[in-house]
Amino acid sequence: MFRKILIANRGEIACRVIATARRLGIATVAVHSTADARAAHVALADEAVAIGPPAPADSYLRADRIIEAALQTGAEAIHPGYGFLSENPDFVDAVEAAGLTFIGPSADAIRAMGLKDAAKALMEQAGVPVVPGYHGANQDDAHLEGAAEAIGWPVLIKAVAGGGGKGMRKVARPADFAAALASARSEARAAFGNDAVLIEKLIEAPRHIEVQVFGDGTDAVHLFERDCSLQRRHQKVIEEAPAPGMTPEMRAAMGEAAVRAARAIGYRGAGTVEFIVDGSDGLRPDRFWFMEMNTRLQVEHPVTEAVTGLDLVEWQLRVAAGEGLPLTQDRIPLAGHAFEARLYAEDVPAGFLPATGTLAHLAFPPGIRADTGVRTGDTISPWYDPMIAKIVAHGPTRAVALNRLARALDDTQVAGTTTNLAFLGRLARHAGFARGEVDTGLIERDIESLAESPPPVRAVEAAALLEAASPPDGPLAGFTLWAPLRRAVTLGRDGDEVTGSLLFDGPDRATVEIGEAVLEARRDSGGWRIDGALPGVVLRAGGAIHVFAGAQGTFSFTPVDPLDRATAAGAGADVIEAPMPGLLKALTVAVGDRVAAGQPLAVLEAMKMEHTLAAPREGVVAEVLAAPGAQVEAGVALVRLQPEGDDA
Amino acid sequence: MRLRSAALPASDVFQANRAAHLAALREIAEAAALAAAGGGEAARARHVARGKMLPRERVANLLDPGSPFLEIGATAAHGLYDGAAPCAGAIAGIGRVEGLEVMVLANDATVKGGTYYPMTVKKHLRAQEIAAECHLPCIYLVDSGGANLPNQDEVFPDRDHFGRIFYNQAQMSAAGIPQIAVVMGSCTAGGAYVPAMSDVTVIVRDQGTIFLAGPPLVKAATGEVVSAEDLGGGDVHTRLSGVADYLAEDDAHALALARRAVRHLNRDRPATVRWETPEDPAFDPQEILGVVPADLRTPYDIREVIARIVDGSRFDEFKPRFGETLVTGFAHVMGCPVGIVANNGVIFSEAAQKGAHFIELCAQRGTPLVFLQNVTGFMVGRKYENEGIARHGAKMVTAVATAAVPKITMLVGGSFGAGNYGMAGRAYSPRFLWTWPNSRISVMGGEQAAGVLATVKRDAIERAGGTWTPEDEAAFKRPTIEMFAEQSHPLYASARLWDDGIVDPRKSRVVLALSLSAALNAPIPETRFGVFRM
Repeated sequence: MFRKILIANRGEIACRVIATARRLGIATVAVHSTADARAAHVALADEAVAIGPPAPADSYLRADRIIEAALQTGAEAIHPGYGFLSENPDFVDAVEAAGLTFIGPSADAIRAMGLKDAAKALMEQAGVPVVPGYHGANQDDAHLEGAAEAIGWPVLIKAVAGGGGKGMRKVARPADFAAALASARSEARAAFGNDAVLIEKLIEAPRHIEVQVFGDGTDAVHLFERDCSLQRRHQKVIEEAPAPGMTPEMRAAMGEAAVRAARAIGYRGAGTVEFIVDGSDGLRPDRFWFMEMNTRLQVEHPVTEAVTGLDLVEWQLRVAAGEGLPLTQDRIPLAGHAFEARLYAEDVPAGFLPATGTLAHLAFPPGIRADTGVRTGDTISPWYDPMIAKIVAHGPTRAVALNRLARALDDTQVAGTTTNLAFLGRLARHAGFARGEVDTGLIERDIESLAESPPPVRAVEAAALLEAASPPDGPLAGFTLWAPLRRAVTLGRDGDEVTGSLLFDGPDRATVEIGEAVLEARRDSGGWRIDGALPGVVLRAGGAIHVFAGAQGTFSFTPVDPLDRATAAGAGADVIEAPMPGLLKALTVAVGDRVAAGQPLAVLEAMKMEHTLAAPREGVVAEVLAAPGAQVEAGVALVRLQPEGDDA
Repeated sequence: MRLRSAALPASDVFQANRAAHLAALREIAEAAALAAAGGGEAARARHVARGKMLPRERVANLLDPGSPFLEIGATAAHGLYDGAAPCAGAIAGIGRVEGLEVMVLANDATVKGGTYYPMTVKKHLRAQEIAAECHLPCIYLVDSGGANLPNQDEVFPDRDHFGRIFYNQAQMSAAGIPQIAVVMGSCTAGGAYVPAMSDVTVIVRDQGTIFLAGPPLVKAATGEVVSAEDLGGGDVHTRLSGVADYLAEDDAHALALARRAVRHLNRDRPATVRWETPEDPAFDPQEILGVVPADLRTPYDIREVIARIVDGSRFDEFKPRFGETLVTGFAHVMGCPVGIVANNGVIFSEAAQKGAHFIELCAQRGTPLVFLQNVTGFMVGRKYENEGIARHGAKMVTAVATAAVPKITMLVGGSFGAGNYGMAGRAYSPRFLWTWPNSRISVMGGEQAAGVLATVKRDAIERAGGTWTPEDEAAFKRPTIEMFAEQSHPLYASARLWDDGIVDPRKSRVVLALSLSAALNAPIPETRFGVFRM
């Protein structure tokens, strides 16, 4: 076994790998860009090496610097994580050329699976079912359309070098083919520098089911399947294991096909064989087809760990160190059901736009697995993937596991950035999903209800107002001799203002009035109960007040400081006067000119200084009352603005 | 030592006491609510429609969130001027701003334009007196038309009239007690000196005006026609005249500016007493209503009250076996060390000597004094006069009058005759004087007074050879008894600011704690006692 390894990655996966390495007594070396100098993975590792500026191309994709860091620190092996260099065969070659071990498959295996059409041909030869399609070298337009005709409409055009949905087009009728082909090609060219495409049968009600495989270079086993059908634009959102509706026959067939695929390329380490499954008529052993093989540890590997009780990173390390497969196929357990939800800094209603920000607060409920690479105070920067955490729930049945996931999402607290937490929570409570009716189109179909962000209820506003007024603990708080005093509090939220009146009656009782609503608040060990119920967890962080209202969402309010009101000095005055006697050097405006607040109007030379006289407010010049070169007395009017409101 | 209690909360007596006290409390709460409502719905609506906060809302927004507010004179002027000046047209009290205890005085413009009735003046001066004694920064939320003209003879000329307000401001400023004014409405004539005499002044644009003479008077005097805003608005005073220092956009802004001014006062309370960690009483303060008899004439053990006021119900009783009708001892109220002097009946010579001794101790140690008054007076009769009860009483009165430690008095029952003097009545300038709804104050009991008058009358009638039937005597006594009943009532007393306010007995502990805390903003001077008649 290795004594020291380097993790050529960042974020949660780097932290995840470090955790297992530590458990196995292996020292760890982190690499980081300058943007990540204070990141969690750097803090967790035994050693850390800076490898370049923030841009991935200058740091996490710099194979040379990473290998140099490994050599410098005496690391024996490099774990690539996922993404970055994890599926780059040239990197594998370079690592091995440097005398180090790559914790993952061989460069050949990566190359074999790297080009999708070649991979499919290879799989077909190995007896693995593939989607009916054309993967040929002839890229002539007419030939491709003929191939589509032969496969049968509708079809899918995909970039040969593609991934992540880029260069992918659905075509339902021959008439649309030419245009779709052209746009798929241009997108593929831009994204991958390769505009070759393949044509596949488009599967209705498609499900994305993948099989986790593990090889030691000769033999291979599978660790059952994961269902990743809940996707948004080909990005996985919630994954689960096992797949809903999975039968022993189907599992055996898929597992066998996946192992065959791994053996066919002499696979070593953790890999995933992705299948597309026609779920329109239940799961049937003759309705799954090979899509592609991911020659790395998947983001969603924790669901497999949850149902098998195994540590896949431990397996990776052991196999890479030369051990055989830790368990034979028949000894690999499968127990219960697990879900993983991907928590992202992104703005769901705005179309899942990636978000950034500093995490003013980050907390996960106890008793749940949350793989994360950020902590309270860390920044989600625009340089890297905005994933905050993977929340993994396990239970004896699918229903229990899903309940636990929903509750875990309710109880997860993130402040300081916009997240998809509420969206995930609604997804976890989606009736169809609960019934196991999963397919890759589910999210798109119900996006409106899933992405909605309702305004906070009155009780949430009341809780925020109470926190803003932060009555101190103690018997003196809120004391009055007779009737309580009414205090107005204003908070900002998303550009709006929430104003309420608070009447404290002793330390633990208050009345909150918001508009016409009157809410009674009582404080106990759980915090302020509004009309008897806790509206959520209320927390002050990063200069804002956050109410984590479970399934309703997270609401952030900012205190409005009355002192922030601009009192323009002299605003309201229409006449600009000479502040002292002097020589009027310049007058820069004429009657009728529209001036902005602060715009220079005149320059007065006095006491050896040049004084610029600026417009006190926005407006229109009504009169110019002096000429440049004039010697003026203090208080002489120089410029008059039209009275406010008259300058429309 | 922890006090014991003989109270039986389930007993009929306890419940009957409680019911009677609650009824008395309701009467006070109604009076307080009337005062808090200011000049009534229509006036309040007009005030709000002008974009102004109501005066109590101004106070709340000035203070730290959740700050305790110890209101002074919450039912002042109750029943006076035909009810025209609820709360005497001004709110006064001690609250916290930026953690600092301050005296707030806010005019209520919904009450006759915030003009000063005689009781308004008295209340303003009382607030300033407390501030001066306790070294509390003063914040004046000004919104007043000045003296109430129909009452000018009761408001303007005398020593303790309107002019004294500005004298006090000057004296306090000289003593380093900050004076801050926020002009949120009119500030006319003499009132103009409140902001002008302040250390720091904020004025609200388009709301606040300061001038010696308003536009009508100017027109009458010189013929000049000028708007209030041009004569003395916020813009004028912050830009041209320099009468005010900060221009605020509205009430909320103005109050925030005042808070900021307090933040820069650079003040701290002096080291005075040794604070301990506060501890709740072992007996629930709520039970006070049950342990104190509804009828003032029913004797009870004052320790039942002490047990429900002091920390841990612990009371180090001093001289417990001597002069037993006066209970003296050391305790803590919310962490503050105090010496308690409390009545357990009429004061005898021994009790008076013990009281003087104990007050001397507290003055020597710098321990604040708390007087729990329930006293019918000093004992009368030949035996007592002959043994010199007046001499012993004088010792106690001398000690009370000259002890320089903070004194807080609470009327928890009767306050009659010279007992009022020996127990730090208003004339003895305790820092604060609070009353309970069941308390009564008068030179003697109404029955006794009527009896004295009837005896004189009967003697005269009988000297003239006439007879006086018991019916006639009763009819003669009734008006006196009724007059005393009315005038000894706490609402009557509080309306005239003979005290600082009526307190829910269950809140006594907090009121005492807040009073002590306020008082201890000032250093405790050395005491120099007068000549004790030995």
